[in-house]
Amino acid sequence: MHYFLQQLINGITLGSIYGLIAIGYTMVYGIIGMINFAHGDVFMVGSFVSLITIIIFGITGTSNVFLGIGVLVLVAAISMVIAGIYGWTIERLAYRPLRGSFRLAPLITAIGVSIFLQNFVQATQGARVKPLQAIISGGFTLLSSDDFVVRITYMQILIVVLTFLLMAGFTYLISKTSLGRAQRACEQDMKMAMLLGIDVNTTISTTFVIGAALAAVAGLMYLLYYGVIDFYIGFSAGIKAFTAAVLGGVGSLPGAMLGGLVIGLIEVFFAAYFSSEYKDVAAFSMLIVVLIFMPQGLLGRPEIEKV
Amino acid sequence: MSQNDQSISKVLPILKRSVVATFIAFFLFLPTLGIKTAASGGVDGLFLQYRWPLLAIGCGLVFFGRIAYELMSSNKEGKQQKQAAPSALARALGSSKVAKAVAPLLLVFGLIFPFLPSSDRYILDLGILIITYVMLGWGLQIVVGLAGLLDLGYVAFYAVGAYSYALLSIHFGFGFWMCLPLAGLLAATWGVVLGFPVLRLRGDYLAIVTLAFGEIIRVVLLNWRSFTGGSNGLSSIPRPSFFGLPFNQEPGGFAATFGLEYSSLQRIIFLYFLILALAIFTYFVTGRLRRLPIGRAWEALREDEIACRSLGINTVNTKLSAFAIGAMFGGFAGSFFAAKQAFVSPESFNFMESATILAIVVLGGMSSQLGVVFSAIAMVGGVELLRQLQFLKVIFGADFDPSQLRLLLFGLAMVLMMLWRPRGLVSTRTPTVFLKDKKTVSAAMISQGRG
Amino acid sequence: MSVPLLSVNNLTMRFGGLTAVDSVSFDVHRDHITAVIGPNGAGKTTAFNCITGFYKPTDGQIVLTHADDSVFKLEEMEDFRISQTAKVARTFQNIRLFGGMTVLENLMIAQHNRLMRASLYTLAGIFNTPSYQRAQKIAKEKAEFWMDRVGITDRADDPAAALPYGAQRKLEIARAMCTDPVLLCLDEPAAGLNPRESEELNTLLRSIRDTNKVGILLIEHDMSVVMEISDHIIVLDYGRKISDGTATEVRNDPAVIKAYLGVVED
Repeated sequence: MHYFLQQLINGITLGSIYGLIAIGYTMVYGIIGMINFAHGDVFMVGSFVSLITIIIFGITGTSNVFLGIGVLVLVAAISMVIAGIYGWTIERLAYRPLRGSFRLAPLITAIGVSIFLQNFVQATQGARVKPLQAIISGGFTLLSSDDFVVRITYMQILIVVLTFLLMAGFTYLISKTSLGRAQRACEQDMKMAMLLGIDVNTTISTTFVIGAALAAVAGLMYLLYYGVIDFYIGFSAGIKAFTAAVLGGVGSLPGAMLGGLVIGLIEVFFAAYFSSEYKDVAAFSMLIVVLIFMPQGLLGRPEIEKV
Repeated sequence: MSQNDQSISKVLPILKRSVVATFIAFFLFLPTLGIKTAASGGVDGLFLQYRWPLLAIGCGLVFFGRIAYELMSSNKEGKQQKQAAPSALARALGSSKVAKAVAPLLLVFGLIFPFLPSSDRYILDLGILIITYVMLGWGLQIVVGLAGLLDLGYVAFYAVGAYSYALLSIHFGFGFWMCLPLAGLLAATWGVVLGFPVLRLRGDYLAIVTLAFGEIIRVVLLNWRSFTGGSNGLSSIPRPSFFGLPFNQEPGGFAATFGLEYSSLQRIIFLYFLILALAIFTYFVTGRLRRLPIGRAWEALREDEIACRSLGINTVNTKLSAFAIGAMFGGFAGSFFAAKQAFVSPESFNFMESATILAIVVLGGMSSQLGVVFSAIAMVGGVELLRQLQFLKVIFGADFDPSQLRLLLFGLAMVLMMLWRPRGLVSTRTPTVFLKDKKTVSAAMISQGRG
Repeated sequence: MSVPLLSVNNLTMRFGGLTAVDSVSFDVHRDHITAVIGPNGAGKTTAFNCITGFYKPTDGQIVLTHADDSVFKLEEMEDFRISQTAKVARTFQNIRLFGGMTVLENLMIAQHNRLMRASLYTLAGIFNTPSYQRAQKIAKEKAEFWMDRVGITDRADDPAAALPYGAQRKLEIARAMCTDPVLLCLDEPAAGLNPRESEELNTLLRSIRDTNKVGILLIEHDMSVVMEISDHIIVLDYGRKISDGTATEVRNDPAVIKAYLGVVED
C-alpha cells in the first residue's frame, strides 16, 4: 500500500510533465491538423535552456523554498521565451511555406526539424548526459512503516501545482479571450476565419509559441525531477506526450492534461510492478489500444464520417 | 527620385529584415552555440563555457544568408510560375519514354560499377548501402506512395528480416537462400499482425502508431536478451556463400575453385551483385504490382477511400496487402543486411532509419521508381560525403566528430528539399492502363489521401 | 406485383439526440426510377447512406431481393459488401472520383473484384497469364462500353480531375454501372448540370432502367428531372415520409404542398 501510494505520487508528477507537453501537440493538431513532430525536441531545447539558466544563477541545493521558487519562476520565464522563439521560427521556416501543400510534406519537414534540433544540440552541447543537483531539496513524509517511507518532495508539489496553475490559465485563455476565439475559428474553418478578418498567420504562430513555452516549462520540470537530461529526451517524451494528447482527445486542453496523467501513471506503475525496461512498450501499447478502441479519446468529440 | 534614393528604398527593408532575422537567431543560438554546459569532472557536475566567437559566426551567417536570400528572391521574376512548372529533370524523369531509356542505362551502370577502376572497397560498400536503400525505398513506396498509408515504423520490418536471418542461420544452420523467403514471409506476417488492428485509423494517427510499433520492436530486441542478445546483438552470423563455395582462402573456397587469386574484395563484389539482383527483383515485382488490380486499388485507396468502399473494394484487406507486401521487401532487405554485416544489433534499427527511408520515398516522388533511385543516391551518397568534412574540427574543436554534423545536415536537407519540392523529384504519375495514349498525370491532380 | 427490389421498413437513424430519419418505409421496384425528394435537411442523404451501408441505421430493416430470389439484409452488411455481393452501386452528392487516375482507370477500379479473382489475387497477375489478360481485356471493353454510353470516350486517358463538372457526373455513373449493379443509387445526379446536360442525364437514366434492367433510386432537387423521369416518388420532411406515389399524385398531395410552401423551388 505504501509502495503503491509512492508510485501514485511519482506517476502524477511525471504525468503533469507529459500533460504540459501534450498541450502543445493538441493545440497545434487542433488548429492546423498536423503532428508537430519537432515539439518533443522543443521541449528538449527548453530543458537545456533551463539548465544553462540555472547554472548562471548558481543556485542548487537550497532548502529555502521561497528563494528556490523565485529563481525557478525566473528560469521558467527565460526558457519559455527562448523556446517560444524556437517554436515561432520552426513554424515560420518549416511549416508555413507548406501550408496547403501536399499533406505529407509538413510532417516530413517536422521530422527533419526534429532530427536537426537533436543533432544541433548534440553538436553544440555534447552527447553526454547533463546532471544537475536538486535545486529544492526536502519534502514531507506522508506515511511511514517499518521498511518503507512515502514521501512527497517539495519539488513534486511544485511541479503539480505549477502544472495545474498553467493549465487553468491557458484553459481560460482559450475559452475566454479573443485569441482563443480566433484559434477555435481557425480550427473550424481556416478560409472562413480569414475572410472574417482573423489574422490566421498570427493566430497559428501564437499557438506554436504558447505550445513551445509550455513545453519549455515541462522541460524545466523534467530537468528538476530527473536531475539529468540529454539531447535525446525529446523523442520518447514527445511520443508519450502525443499519446497523452490522443488519449485525452485531440483538441481538448483538459483532455491533454488528463491523458498526460494517465500515461504518467501507466509508465510509473508498469515500471514499479512489472519491468522498467519495458515501460516504454507499455506506454506505446497504450497509444495503440486507445486509438483502436477510442479514437476520439477520453474528452474528445466523436467524429462522424462525412460521406 | 534619384537612382540613389531608389536603391536605398530597396536596400533598407532588406537590411531591416536581415537585422530582425539575426536578432531572432541570436536568441536561438545563445543557448546552443553561445553557451555550452561542460562537465567539470567534479561532483557538482557542470560549468558553462562561453563561445562568443561561435555565436557571432552563427549570427553572421544568418545575417548574410538572409541578405543573399532576399537578393536571390527579388531577382527571381515570376517566382510563382517557376514553382508551378516542374524542373526539366523532373519532367524528363516523369515521362515514361525517358524513364524507359534511363532505367536500362542505370542497370548497365549498376552491372559494370564494381569493375570500374575507381571502385575500391569503400566505394563498393557505399554502392551496396545505396542499393539497399533503393530496395527499401521501393518497398516502402508501395505503402506510402501507392496506398497513401504513412508508415513511420518501416524499419521494424527491416529488423524482423535481419533478426530472422540471424536467428535461423545461427540456430538452424539455414543458408541465405533458405532464409531469404522465410525472412520476407515473417516480415509480411508481422505486417499483417501489426497492420490489422491499426489500418482503420486515419492518416496521422497511423503514422504515430507505426512509429510506436517500430519503437516497441526495438525495445523488445534490446531487452529480450536470451533471444536477441540484447544490446550486444547477434554476432558470428554465417556469411552467404557462392552456391556453397565460401569466400575464403581454403582450397574449397570461391577463389581456389575458379582459379583466381584470393582477395577479400571478391566477397564484397558478390554481396554487391546479390543486393543488385534483389533490387532488380524488387523493381520488377513492385512495378508489375502497380499495374495489376491490386496496385490500382492501392492508388484508388489513396485517392478516395469512401469511393473505394462504394465500389465493393475491401479496403481493410487492400491496405493490409500493401502493408504486408511492403513489409516483405523490408524483410528481404533486412535479411541481406544481416548476411552482409554478419552482425545485427538493435542500434541499426532506430527511428533514424525509418526517417531516412521515408525521406527517400517522399523526395523521390510518391509513385516514381526512378525517383527513388535518384533520391537514394542524393540522400545516402550525399550525406556520406559529409563524413569527409574533417576541416570542421577547426571550428568546433579537435574533439568534434563530423559524423554528428552528418545527421544535423541530413535533417536540414530533409526540410530544404521538402520546401523546394514538396511532392518529390518526380511528382507526376503514369497511368497503369490506357486506351489510346499514355499521358502522365500532373501532380496537382493527384490526391494525397487521408491514410 | 412481384417482390420489390428494395424494401425499406421503419428505417430510423439517430445522431445523438437528433433523429435524422424517423421510421421511414418505402419500396423500390426493379423496373422503376424511384425518386426521394424533400426540403433540405429532410434526411434524404442519411437514408441513402443507410441503404448503401455507410451509416448503420439505429433501427429498421432494409431488404434487397435479386431477380433469382436471393435476399440481402443490407442493414447488417458492411458497406463494401453491399456493393460487392448485394450489387448496390452509388454515386455521391459531391462527386468522389479518383481524381489523379484516368477515366479508364476509374472504370477499371470499379471492376476490381472480378479482376482480382481473375488475377488469382495477384498471383496469376504477376506472371501475366493468358486468362488474366483475357479478363483484363474484357474489363477494358466494358469500360469502353460505358464511356461510349455516357459520351466521354475521347477523355479516356485524361485524369478524372481534369474533366468538366458535367463529365465528372457522367463518369461517376459509368463507374457505378461498371460494378454490374441491380440497384443504382444516385445522390443528386443533376446538381450543377446545365439544362442540356440534365436532358442527357434523363435519357441516360431511362435507358439504364429499360435496357440494363437496373432499378434506380435517386435523390434530387431538380424537379424537372424528378417529375419527368420518376415512376415513383417518395417525399420526406423532417425525417418522416409525408407522401408516396406517382408524380401526379405527389404533386397534388396537400402534405407535400404544405412542406414546400414558402420554399422557393426553381
